[in-house]
Amino acid sequence: MTDNYVGRRVKRTEDPRLIKGLAHYVDDISLPGTLHVAFVRSYLAHAKINSVDTGAAESAPGVVAIYTGKDVAEKVGPVPCAGALPNLKVPDHRVLATKKVYFVGHPVAAVVATDRYTARDAADLIVVDYEELPVVTDVEQAAAGGPVIHDAFSDNIAYRLTSGEGDIDAAFSAADRTVKQRILHKRLAPIAMEPRGVLARYFPGEEELTLWSSTQIPHLMRTQVALMIGMPENKLRVITPEVGGGFGSKLNVYAEEALLGWISMQIGKPVKWIETRRENIQATIHGRGQVGDIEVAFKNDGTLTGLRYSVFADLGAYHQLLTPAIPTLTGLMLSGAYKIPAIQMNITACFTNKMATDAYRGAGRPEATYVVERGLDLVAAELGMDAAEVRRKNFPAPNEFPFHTATGLDYDSGDYEAALDKAQQIAGYAELREKQRKARDEGRLIGIGISTYVEICALGPSQAMPAGGWESATVRIEPTGKVTILTGTSPHGQGQETSFAQIAADELGININDVTVIHGDTAVVQYGIGTFGSRATAVGGTAVFVAIQKLKEKAHKIATHILQADASRVAFEGGKFSRQAAAASAAGTSEPVVPVGQAPAGALPDPDTEGKSSLTLQEIALEAHIAKNLPPDTEPGLSATYFFEPKNFTFPFGTHIAVVEIDRETGDINWLRYVAVDDCGRVINPMLVDGQVHGGIVQSIGQAMYEEVVYDEQGQLITGTLMDYAVPRASHIPHFELDRTETPSPVNPLGVKGVGEAGTIGATPAIVGAIVDALAPFGVRHLDMPIKPENVWRIINGH
Amino acid sequence: MKKAINLSVNGVSHTDEVEPRMLLVHYLRDVLDLTGTHVGCETSLCGACTVMLDGQAVKSCTVFAVQADGSQITTIEGFAKNGELHPVQEGFWEKHGLQCGYCTPGMIVTAAQLLDRNAAPSREEICHGLEGNLCRCTGYQHIIEAVQYAAKKAGQS
Repeated sequence: MTDNYVGRRVKRTEDPRLIKGLAHYVDDISLPGTLHVAFVRSYLAHAKINSVDTGAAESAPGVVAIYTGKDVAEKVGPVPCAGALPNLKVPDHRVLATKKVYFVGHPVAAVVATDRYTARDAADLIVVDYEELPVVTDVEQAAAGGPVIHDAFSDNIAYRLTSGEGDIDAAFSAADRTVKQRILHKRLAPIAMEPRGVLARYFPGEEELTLWSSTQIPHLMRTQVALMIGMPENKLRVITPEVGGGFGSKLNVYAEEALLGWISMQIGKPVKWIETRRENIQATIHGRGQVGDIEVAFKNDGTLTGLRYSVFADLGAYHQLLTPAIPTLTGLMLSGAYKIPAIQMNITACFTNKMATDAYRGAGRPEATYVVERGLDLVAAELGMDAAEVRRKNFPAPNEFPFHTATGLDYDSGDYEAALDKAQQIAGYAELREKQRKARDEGRLIGIGISTYVEICALGPSQAMPAGGWESATVRIEPTGKVTILTGTSPHGQGQETSFAQIAADELGININDVTVIHGDTAVVQYGIGTFGSRATAVGGTAVFVAIQKLKEKAHKIATHILQADASRVAFEGGKFSRQAAAASAAGTSEPVVPVGQAPAGALPDPDTEGKSSLTLQEIALEAHIAKNLPPDTEPGLSATYFFEPKNFTFPFGTHIAVVEIDRETGDINWLRYVAVDDCGRVINPMLVDGQVHGGIVQSIGQAMYEEVVYDEQGQLITGTLMDYAVPRASHIPHFELDRTETPSPVNPLGVKGVGEAGTIGATPAIVGAIVDALAPFGVRHLDMPIKPENVWRIINGH
Repeated sequence: MKKAINLSVNGVSHTDEVEPRMLLVHYLRDVLDLTGTHVGCETSLCGACTVMLDGQAVKSCTVFAVQADGSQITTIEGFAKNGELHPVQEGFWEKHGLQCGYCTPGMIVTAAQLLDRNAAPSREEICHGLEGNLCRCTGYQHIIEAVQYAAKKAGQS
């Protein structure tokens, strides 16, 4: 293997089409005769549907069909939930509301018309007669016996769960001290810049249905939608064209995806629905939504002895695909980067009259990291210790890995102190503290926040996953020597078309431009799981890597046969198999065996391999396809498929240090520094890793300082547009100072861990810690997110 | 009911009959099939739909097609000339200024206008100039570097 590409800053092969405006997202695909769908959605959070009057809409020009809950209830199966928890209550979640609506945005009817304007007009002509019902939006009120949302159940508690290891009561009673804090994790909207969208085309002759959908999981969606609409799975094709961001919000199977497919089957024409931003904030999953109490037990020297987190999880009205599972991921990560002998998590997960919560970047882990890191800050404040030192004191040492936590995990590898040291060195931590002291003397409010996070990535071993945790790859060398990779992952901005090509180009000793990575088409790509949970490179990239090794084994066998040499004397180097390893020193990219334009029409050229001492991969690929000179019992062709099943998760980690100064007059929070040292194992492309870290941190900045999905007491969505829901803008960010440590993961042969969610997991505690630290002179030890200038101003001014 | 409009898009003249309520972005995307201009919010808050209209970067989701009658429009498809990328496009590629790519066309158009007005902007000026465009993937730092790259490149030529 050469390392021409892996580990280097290789520009993305995806970019030319994207920067020229020539890429195709779902709404960019036009099929002749396409009809457009608009939804009537509930404007009430909880109501009985007395009637749906579609008369006026039906007679509007251009309207082709209208479907209400009654029309489809028996035809399309329920929206799936993959949660498998003991005694979990699963409401019957139909694709359109039938008797009741349960949240603002709940779809009630679908209008099909000749164009999107006509469909929208007609939707507005539909009159729904509602009878309002009592609303419950507060999760604790829901738990305590507020109005029961689902008639099928006696209360709103979807499940209760207690998890953890160690004697928690003994840990608390033996501790020198304890701290306790109520912590809120407000609901967040993922806001992928491309809203969701579906284009469905039914082929009545072939009895086949194609769905183009903006999803992160084409194969899982195909299986689920096939079941929902009663179609053989092998007659359903899901294509994810360009996908404009997901952040977990498209790791789901939505009502609209199945319904559009079903409608296309009824009408026999292509139908398209493109979500508006208003619909996106109402009816695409939200993230977070926990109200919890963290308790930490510790000794006077700062040694942690126990941690308990009791949380109310706000699930919303229905389960989406992974809704109930998300709080359990919080429970898994409650040990953070620390040795804590006893940990307990108590979950009370409740239905509320709101959109479902589900996986938003980090998916349960940011909540864990946040409460643990806030807990450590509280311990430090209680003991008068430095926030960094209380963390350092509780790290497992590098030789303690694999490190077993009291949450039942085995962390793969880590050197937490190295990342902390490096971050402190880059930040000039000691000088910063000195600067802070001097500033305080002058009445200035500077705060330093620190987070030494660990996260769980590369989801994951199938035993721990609802629907398989492996990933697949096929690598094939075409007769002309070009390499095609089919990956079961479904990248949507992460850049795996480039990073997987880097892996392949190095392993095969070829130019990266000779590799094409294909993903997101269930008719082309073998079954896969998809892109989420920072898994694509660690699991999907490993599948590519191992498939290439299999392919090389076969190529070696063919080369040995043609070169008429001993297998042991044929070596692969620089893209060539050579009879003697020493003779192959002229490494480098070989010329394609079939020069462009010279291929004889209708036939493959004759390989000219006789009497050679070395063979390029291209020559072997041609031999493999011509198949006239293959070793006995060798299958023609040159392709290999591998399904990689990881034996464990991976556990990236790092240290983030945020430094802010607060404007006493306005309460504005101004950035001074942001230092992040992340360890995501081996790095394939440092440029892509930096991009993931930047993006993740800015989503943390959003959560810490700006973003919050707000429902009022009547369940009205107050933050229904991007005017009200504040996504960070370019002027809201600090200049990021990034660095890395590199601790390979033993879980996969590439040594990679994953980085997609590190920023959203690691950064919020550092940012909040910095703001709280700046306000420490006012006796502040904790503030809930989002921390806005108004909150800060009130603290400074005692209002 | 429909109204005739005549306008030039990326140097090509078009005459079409459109409903008065048709948004410019839908005219560009659905009538002219120039789908590089995206819709991200329909309320002029995200900037994904930004195009140049008579030399001004505008959000085409809140302009009616009839309002663009008689105007010159440049969309992202018109930025590369004779196979040569615009310096801002090149900057986005070089500096990894995009991930999912959905906000990118609007970002590039806005950044080009920013550099038209200020050939050597400071970091703060770039951030301020991009405030009307949302990106959810990159965290903006690489976008800022892309604009700096383009400014430097344009300054050299």
